[in-house]
Amino acid sequence: MNNSNRKILVCCGTGCLANNSFEVYTKLKEKLKDTKIAVQPLVKATGCNGLCEKGPVVKILPDDISYFKVSTKDVDAIVEKTILNGEIIDKLLYYDTNEKKKLISHKDATFYKHQQKISLRNIGEVDPLLIEDYLERDGYKALRKVLFEMTSEEIIDVIEASGLRGRGGAGFPTGSKWRTCYKYNNFPKYIVCNGDEGDPGAFMDRSIMEGDPNTVIEGMIICGYAIKSHKGYLYIRDEYELARKNMQIAIDNAKKHGYLGENIIGSNFDFDLEIVRGGGAFVCGESSALMASIEGNVGEPRAKYIRSVEKGLWNQPTILNNVETWANIPPIISNGAKWFKSIGIENNSGTKVFSLVGKVKNTGLVEVPMGTKLRELVFDIGGGIIKDRPFKAIQTGGPSGGCIPKEHLDISLDFDSLSNIGSMMGSGGVIVMDDTTCMVELARYYMEFLSEESCGKCTTCREGIKIMLEILTNITKGEGELEDIELLLDLSETISNASLCGLGKTAPNPVITTIKYFKDEYIDHIVNQKCNAGICKKLTSYYIEEEICIGCGLCAKKCPTNAITGIKKEPHIINADICVKCGACFTNCPTGAVKIGGVVVESKN
Amino acid sequence: MKIDSSIDYNETIKIIRKYPNEKKFTLAILQDIQKEYGFIPKEVMTKISDYLNIPLSDIYSMSTFYKALSLKEKGKYIIKVCNGTACHIRGSNSLIEELTDILNIAPEETTEDGLFSIEIVNCLGACALAPVMMVNGKYYGSMTKEKVKTVIDEYRGLEHEQ
Ligand SMILES: Cc1cc2nc3c(=O)[nH]c(=O)nc-3n(C[C@H](O)[C@H](O)[C@H](O)COP(=O)(O)O)c2cc1C
Ligand code: SF4
Ligand code: SF4
Ligand code: FES
Ligand code: FES
Repeated sequence: MNNSNRKILVCCGTGCLANNSFEVYTKLKEKLKDTKIAVQPLVKATGCNGLCEKGPVVKILPDDISYFKVSTKDVDAIVEKTILNGEIIDKLLYYDTNEKKKLISHKDATFYKHQQKISLRNIGEVDPLLIEDYLERDGYKALRKVLFEMTSEEIIDVIEASGLRGRGGAGFPTGSKWRTCYKYNNFPKYIVCNGDEGDPGAFMDRSIMEGDPNTVIEGMIICGYAIKSHKGYLYIRDEYELARKNMQIAIDNAKKHGYLGENIIGSNFDFDLEIVRGGGAFVCGESSALMASIEGNVGEPRAKYIRSVEKGLWNQPTILNNVETWANIPPIISNGAKWFKSIGIENNSGTKVFSLVGKVKNTGLVEVPMGTKLRELVFDIGGGIIKDRPFKAIQTGGPSGGCIPKEHLDISLDFDSLSNIGSMMGSGGVIVMDDTTCMVELARYYMEFLSEESCGKCTTCREGIKIMLEILTNITKGEGELEDIELLLDLSETISNASLCGLGKTAPNPVITTIKYFKDEYIDHIVNQKCNAGICKKLTSYYIEEEICIGCGLCAKKCPTNAITGIKKEPHIINADICVKCGACFTNCPTGAVKIGGVVVESKN
Repeated sequence: MKIDSSIDYNETIKIIRKYPNEKKFTLAILQDIQKEYGFIPKEVMTKISDYLNIPLSDIYSMSTFYKALSLKEKGKYIIKVCNGTACHIRGSNSLIEELTDILNIAPEETTEDGLFSIEIVNCLGACALAPVMMVNGKYYGSMTKEKVKTVIDEYRGLEHEQ
């Protein structure tokens, strides 16, 4: 077998690292040193491949073999069998639940087949710490093009014509943001990358910064050149240590290679980047709060009658874009506005990265053209619901988003369709929920989150969210009243209208949408004192349906309080007095005989 | 456990002086101090205030506003349990229950021996492995109650070796 050009790519994104991929990487390198092969294959540590739950992922090129759940124990076999003899190790292959078979190349998996990668184009393929890898894949070509062939106006024209809308939440047209800022002749101007990624359940920005930092850098320099700025800041959240490290190394390398700093590749243009470590407050993702934080202040939002494109950082014109937005810039410049516009749908061009998480089989990072159907995302790419339980809802857009019920499963994923039904694109977190998620509790959860994260400047936000939280908590404890539903909606309106920043304005969304689509559940909690999902413990009871129970005794074995009794092969019974409602019997019953709610069978003794 | 009076202020000054005396470095300085001592000691706040020429009250409000900063001392091992949406719906609550049970402290508290602190955080960015927790920067994915116990035992074991 010819070993030249052989590459072994070991995923070293956060997900895989958590499963010891770095040890796999190190061991592979060592093992190869001891092996006498004419040409040593390259071993590279890459960023996230998207399917973190099945990690560590190891890919072998050019043979195009992908191994999943690789451990250090597999290293010998990989080298001896696959690298030296070209044999495929069956047990490490990916099993596709849709196709019901094992696949050699990950590219054939349903999870990847439906995807189209623009902002994630290099991730999982390049070593983020090697600028050479980026250059090999046409990196900094777009920068070269703008510096030597394009004027500011031409660049802004392309971005505007591409129809790119900001990927950080609101979907504001990027080109028009740049154009407004370009027009102000007030220097210095600043460029900011919003790498705060505060939405729980979203990790696309982190993966881009960790896995392909150069694309973010290139996007920012291009904008700097276009609007005549010489200084950019990357505000990266506190928890993202690896993202900060990889970004810093990439910045240093870009400087060494002349892509950053003074007289960039001989063009006379100077631009520099600095990383600012976030302070760990959700509201700091909001643009004006973020800038206050960079300036060294408490990160409180300010009213936006003057926009930051005119007066942003230190009151100078400032462009702030999201990480994913930046990653889209170089390919748009290289391939042109027409190309970008041809992907996606009207008014929503290009692709969007989603983090598909929750009760779905294939959790991970997914990039699809705008306009892809939600159903395709969840059932084809995502492989459906864990344990094939019934699908209940999708939550999109983080705390400011909403819940989408199954009637809307065929909705197109784009900024406009989502906001039409009361939800939001947000940063692209898609949280899949099955019948064991309680929608009232979920609304309560978001109110708790937001009441903690409110900066406290506006009374409506500070106090209003707290009152909503109190009402919702009462309902989950069985202490709600029917009038509460109206009251929640009234409060929602006031809070949205009277709060200053996006946090307060959108805070009531999870409550409004759960009431809109799942009012029955609210009524069940209030009137029938029942939580059918088994989440609100005070309103949950378990019983075993006699006809379905096969008497295997698994439930009794799992019960921590010995509340379940019964003779083998005969229906078992739950003693409600002893049951602590942990749900272990429910999740472990192989036949689904354990049910939630309904009549509680009292034991006779 | 470290106490205020035992802090070596020469070290503190070194940390502060790494940065030019510009306001924009306030957060960065505070974060370095937090990393060094596990909290922001009162005396150090005064030093930063002097150095940057910023009112002490501003330093104080920053120290209380940002989650990454704390006025209370933290344990040697900081356990961050994610309660972001992805982790929440995959049962992070039971991990929190188990931890508070094993360590006998509530979230945001520190054990008496100064070894462990529990923090509840919003998202650790490894949502595909939900529920997730982190100990001093090391990730633990697909957590269960049983695994929580093993992880704590592992760190307690480390202490015995030393
Ligand atoms: C409370 C709040 C939190 C936000 N958090 C983030 C965030 O973490 N990351 C982000 O890119 N944008 C966030 N945004 C949106 C930003 O304010 C801003 O619109 C965006 O970063 C602009 O970039 P874009 O045009 O490229 O999308 C947040 C907004 C609000 C109101
Ligand atoms: S709406 Fe809430 S978070 Fe936003 S400025 Fe007002 S109080 Fe602060
Ligand atoms: S819910 Fe938990 S305590 Fe109650 S019967 Fe089932 S296993 Fe036992
Ligand atoms: S970190 Fe390896 S697949 Fe995501
Ligand atoms: S929600 Fe827990 S890691 Fe993201």
